[in-house]
Amino acid sequence: MLTDAGYAVIGPQISDGAIVYEPLESAADLPQGWIDEQAGGHYRLQQNTRPALFDYVVGPHSWKRYLFPPRQRLWQAERNDQGFQINTDQPATPRYAFIGVRSCEIKAMQIQDRVFNNGHFADPGYQTRRENAFIVAVNCARPGGTCFCVSMDSGPKARQGFDLALTEILDDERHVFMVETGSDRGRDILAQLALTPADMTDINAASAVTQNAVKNMQKAMPDGVETLLKRNLEHPQWEAVAQRCLSCGNCTMVCPTCFCTTVEDSTDLSATVAERWRQWDSCFSVDFSYIHGGSIRREGYSRYRQWMTHKLAHWHDQFDSSGCVGCGRCVTWCPVGIDITEEARAIQDSEKEASA
Amino acid sequence: MKPEGLEHLLKEHPLFDQINPDYLAIIAGCAANERFNAGATIFREGSPADKFYLIRHGAVALEIHIPGREPLIIDTLHEGDILGWSWLVPPYQWFLDARAVQLCRMVSLDATCLRSKMENDHALGYELYRRFMPVAAKRLQAGRLQLIDMYAQPSERA
Amino acid sequence: MNQTATAPASESINSGLQPGADPMLPVPYIIQKTRRELRDTFTLELTPALNSDQPFHFAPGQFTMLYAFGYGEVPISISGDPANPGTLIHTIREVGAITRALGRLKRGASVGVRGPFGVGWPVTAAEGSDVVILAGGLGLAPLRPAIYQILAQRARYGNVCIYYGARSPADILFLQQLQRWRGRFDITVEVTVDRAPADWSGRVGVVTQLLTRASSQSGFDPVHTIALVCGPEVMMRFCASALNEQGVGDERIYLSVERNMKCALGFCGHCQFGPGFVCKDGPVYRLDQIKPLLTIREL
Repeated sequence: MLTDAGYAVIGPQISDGAIVYEPLESAADLPQGWIDEQAGGHYRLQQNTRPALFDYVVGPHSWKRYLFPPRQRLWQAERNDQGFQINTDQPATPRYAFIGVRSCEIKAMQIQDRVFNNGHFADPGYQTRRENAFIVAVNCARPGGTCFCVSMDSGPKARQGFDLALTEILDDERHVFMVETGSDRGRDILAQLALTPADMTDINAASAVTQNAVKNMQKAMPDGVETLLKRNLEHPQWEAVAQRCLSCGNCTMVCPTCFCTTVEDSTDLSATVAERWRQWDSCFSVDFSYIHGGSIRREGYSRYRQWMTHKLAHWHDQFDSSGCVGCGRCVTWCPVGIDITEEARAIQDSEKEASA
Repeated sequence: MKPEGLEHLLKEHPLFDQINPDYLAIIAGCAANERFNAGATIFREGSPADKFYLIRHGAVALEIHIPGREPLIIDTLHEGDILGWSWLVPPYQWFLDARAVQLCRMVSLDATCLRSKMENDHALGYELYRRFMPVAAKRLQAGRLQLIDMYAQPSERA
Repeated sequence: MNQTATAPASESINSGLQPGADPMLPVPYIIQKTRRELRDTFTLELTPALNSDQPFHFAPGQFTMLYAFGYGEVPISISGDPANPGTLIHTIREVGAITRALGRLKRGASVGVRGPFGVGWPVTAAEGSDVVILAGGLGLAPLRPAIYQILAQRARYGNVCIYYGARSPADILFLQQLQRWRGRFDITVEVTVDRAPADWSGRVGVVTQLLTRASSQSGFDPVHTIALVCGPEVMMRFCASALNEQGVGDERIYLSVERNMKCALGFCGHCQFGPGFVCKDGPVYRLDQIKPLLTIREL
């Protein structure tokens, strides 16, 4: 039905042993009955006894790969008598429908919205893709082993920012979805479906689903982390984490809010046609802070500090919110299992010890 | 010039700003007026540091001579500056060459005279060290900043 | 002048982009004139390739992203006169592949321009104050528009002092202009170099020394002074200390910060400097806003 409405439907499916977000042909593509086991540096899919469609949580992909593509041609230019002519023709951007968007991921999109329209400048491509995107949220029934959305106030239940939101109710008697609408677009789609109005029993059952996720969440970001980190820009913990950090940049690639990019300029062999491509970059690379002659952040400690203090502290100054949604991806996909919540807690504990 | 006149010149110099008049009188006893024409050598590296100078007017270049190279000016001193601190540090020899870039009018202070007065009166000694130390420290700090060659092309940096 | 008044904010002019225009697209400009300033430094004078009389309005201290066809873009401060927006002037040092490519371009060649971007020097807000300009190396280029504007409205300012430090006599940027300015009776201009051959009759020493020596001769009144500082970060740090020693408060000292920059729009993340983005919160900052950041290593 979304396809009929002109949307390119993207949803979760299994590829290379992980849940990824790819074009979805039918509901049969959904990883029914699978859950993910996640911990620091650990991700494994497992067949579950429950035949739920959405019992897994987030995988290595996030929706930013569609709204903010990893590699994008910004423009092409051709030399002419007046210097050069810029050609901005972009391949037509599909209108995406995202199926199975988690509450933390909606929050991540809203965070990136402020990045790509910062009051001074707006990225037109992002604006178009974002405005067109139809969002079908799914409320989480279980937390992943690295999730901490409750402490970031970003889940597990989606409260706004969706067109439709589903809660999967699966018990001995039934397997149904409770659906909420969040927009006129959502209502229009819903109007084409045969639905049963939810009663109090259904609402309570749906509420119990997300309560279960809250109850079982094992990780939390310490309170007051913004000011904690700002007070501790110089702290031995940065060096301690640098001993483990490989500067691989995985955390920045899987993070649904990380937005840094670099550009690549090139020409054809005759130097008449030039292009600029933009691609995801990571503050973990030494080149990231290069200014003529040398890089500002030469050591691992300063690059980890940049990433973590940006995400949890300076983001507030830049965009009026934290840059972290507690999805846990950076913890799961860190090859050495560095846990951002534990690093924050180590700094917090050192302060407590110092004042004890 | 009479000592009273020199005392007046000394008092005007920032080095002796608000100094005890009794000390000023003692110091003036070691002072003399001097003048160097443009190009004149004021002192040479390795020669006895038997004086120091308060520059009243003019400019002095401190140079280092490197065999096979042009002499290099590493500092210049101007009106209000002090020329020379080697007189305070054994073995009391000049570390650099000093050359008058323009006509210079200076008050010189006899180092042997002053050192013996400082030895006899440690309070005077302290007072002079206290005033010289910042001059020496500033010059050391400036030298260190020059050392980093901050305006060099990255590829040319030492 | 009211001593309790807080020091002024820095100044900017909104980007001359057409509303709705894509801020990521370079606009073609034609090189009208090139000028070799120093061994490794040159100046380009540009006019728009289309609508060639379209003025390029900017505030002193703002920068553009300058594009060498096929090579890429670099942030370059504007070094021209803001009262002459018909020509866009940049003074560029050859430090990398893109700046070297720009340096090879001849009159009539084209470059791409985006901007102007960023927050500039508080030139208008400094009216009524003494102004101390401390420049080091190429740092004189981003300050030159401020100097033009101040000299054009000289009567609106108190004492004006320009203190410039360069590596050697051969590395003094805008030498003839400095000599002209020095010939005026209404400003103080002092130049010093880090090292010099024996035939040099000017000053040798670091630029901070000009400041300490100058103020003993009452070049400016510290509590009524706005200081504009531009040069290598280490030079600016020590200039700030020297200004403090002279009694100029942090809230009266402005400096221009340099960081890696890919977009100048706040999108690419490269120019982050603590809580802000140099491309939009800077490059000119008031010292009290960034002082704690300047001493944190590798921030």
